[in-house]
Amino acid sequence: MKAWHFSENAYPYLPPAEEYESIRVSLPNRIYDPKKGAALYDRYIDEWLVAEDEGVEIMLNEHHQTATCVDPAAPLVLAALARLTKTARLLILGNPVANRRQPVRVAEEMAMVDVLSKGRLECGFVRGVPYEVLPANSNPVRMNERQWEAIDLIIKAWTSHDGPVSHEGQFFHHRNINIWPRPYQQPHPPIWVSTTTPGGAGRVGARGYVQATFLTGYRGTPAIYESYRKGWREAGRGHDVPVHRLAYAALVYAGESEAEARSGAEKLLWYMTANKVPLHFCYPPGYVPTPVHAQILRGAAVDQHAANRANATVDKAIEAGIMFAGTPDQVFRQIKQMYDHVGGFGHLLIMGQAGFLEHDETVRGIKTFAREVYPRLKEAFPDTAVSGVREAPLGARVPA
Amino acid sequence: MTVLAKPAEPARASHMISIAGVELEIFERGRGAPMLYLHGGGGIALDLPFIDLLASERRIVAPSHPGFGKSSLPDWLDSVDDIAHINLELMDRLGLTRTDVVGLSIGGWIAADLATKVPERLERLVLIGPVGVKTGPPDKLDVPDVFAMSQHKLDQLRFHDPAKNPVDLASMPEEELHILARNRETLALLTWEPYMHNPKLKHRLHRVNVPTLFVRGASDGIVSAEYLERYAALIPQARTETIAEAGHLPQVEQPTATAAKVLRFLQVAQAAETSGARS
Repeated sequence: MKAWHFSENAYPYLPPAEEYESIRVSLPNRIYDPKKGAALYDRYIDEWLVAEDEGVEIMLNEHHQTATCVDPAAPLVLAALARLTKTARLLILGNPVANRRQPVRVAEEMAMVDVLSKGRLECGFVRGVPYEVLPANSNPVRMNERQWEAIDLIIKAWTSHDGPVSHEGQFFHHRNINIWPRPYQQPHPPIWVSTTTPGGAGRVGARGYVQATFLTGYRGTPAIYESYRKGWREAGRGHDVPVHRLAYAALVYAGESEAEARSGAEKLLWYMTANKVPLHFCYPPGYVPTPVHAQILRGAAVDQHAANRANATVDKAIEAGIMFAGTPDQVFRQIKQMYDHVGGFGHLLIMGQAGFLEHDETVRGIKTFAREVYPRLKEAFPDTAVSGVREAPLGARVPA
Repeated sequence: MTVLAKPAEPARASHMISIAGVELEIFERGRGAPMLYLHGGGGIALDLPFIDLLASERRIVAPSHPGFGKSSLPDWLDSVDDIAHINLELMDRLGLTRTDVVGLSIGGWIAADLATKVPERLERLVLIGPVGVKTGPPDKLDVPDVFAMSQHKLDQLRFHDPAKNPVDLASMPEEELHILARNRETLALLTWEPYMHNPKLKHRLHRVNVPTLFVRGASDGIVSAEYLERYAALIPQARTETIAEAGHLPQVEQPTATAAKVLRFLQVAQAAETSGARS
């Protein structure tokens, strides 16, 4: 198993939530103090460097017009990390390609980072959460179709080496595609796609890309992984789905003592409690399937912020499988329980910083995890294991 | 609202017609000189009682636009221009060599676009709370962003009296609710960017050489009086009128007054033409 330290570069210095309508999309940026923001960038980058020193890989993502993630141009931070790090894999998860007007530009950015990092890029593509369509002015209708056309176009740009090629599709038009540089890794960097629904996962499985799910817990994750494995098999990729094709993201905090772990875990809950967003930003028409949209019009949608706040306790989060927190032993057992429950996954995406989890606390969490949990995970869940073989993971089988 | 309370049963009947690969739902009503009726972004269902009022004097042809109602939405279709072309073919199919055209809201945009394409095919044009042009400054939306506000706020803008909104989402039958959701999605597909307008349209409207009536509800929070005036100024023979105690859906809030205004305009125009022909 590979572990990845993920930080959203949050800006937590906000007025009380009662004083604003939304932490995303419409929160005035006068609240953002660039001097504090600069210090935060330094700090968050330092934490990624600590992760690398501890043998943990690096992950970052991108959101727009939000205090929850002040990384609206993830490739820029990725480029900085490419120069500041030496060994860690660099996962961007991901490029919101349904919202990027020029997929070829994305292909260029990613190829450049791959070369800068000498082949350490892991390139993720995401459709983007619903709150991203207004900042990007991106049509929420037909986003999936746009995302997949963009991914195909990016791969074409990465893998065409004999002068210009063209693309005249439904959403994107390029007469002359001939990117410089081309990627360092051949034929192209590993591709990741995040999905939180079984429908999306089948398609990712058919392509064989790494499938990541975020905070889908014990309840949501098994169906997503099963759909991935089904898509993989039906596409003729063989019966066995390697665990390294599947990733799971959770809030993770390991402490030397239960008290220390609890304190860190409480602060990580900011991820859930701070996400105050009104319904009309959450469900732009076309983002969800029509039957779901209809039920939302009917009033099925609940105030996620209120629900999250009410449910945001460490115990509930651990019980739901969206948080692994405690002593190293406890964290290992919780991860193992999730691993066994979903049939195995090869990547743990650690949401290891949020809100007011301070620098020293974040670093302690990374180090405790890296030194006392990670080695056990690597031993128990080798990358050679097969996902979906619940009773006898490959690593546990007796050789014939 | 007695009209809404008991719509005549036949008013619900529609049939399907295949136009350029689109399965188009058509409501046809009444007899007399033809009127192509182009509904707004909410769909046609709420307009049916109003259509019946118009049908007392006219032959009404009212399609559900592609992606609205029961009409299909092909993958290639994503613009008002596409829908205008569908309507051109519909006019050919139904033998509407010359017709009045009435369009509401986004249907007004389709109607205006259609009128720039084939002005000679139109008798008269009526645009009720139309969108489709951008005449104001770049740093201010001409039309409020209906996709970035709560349902409550939207209803305040759409209705003179929000309490008169006949749509009850909580009790609406599943099938109608599904249509409503899909209508909203198609509206987003068509109007997201550029938002609620085609930058080219205002440079083409001078081609519309038929008498044109612009109508808006006095309390319309979507289409302002200023917007309507600037829109009307782009068409040579246009004038504007207001419906009292109505918002963006005067055909729903004041169906009788709105129908009377529309029919009077078309009659007057017809009469003028007749007398002109005699002289």
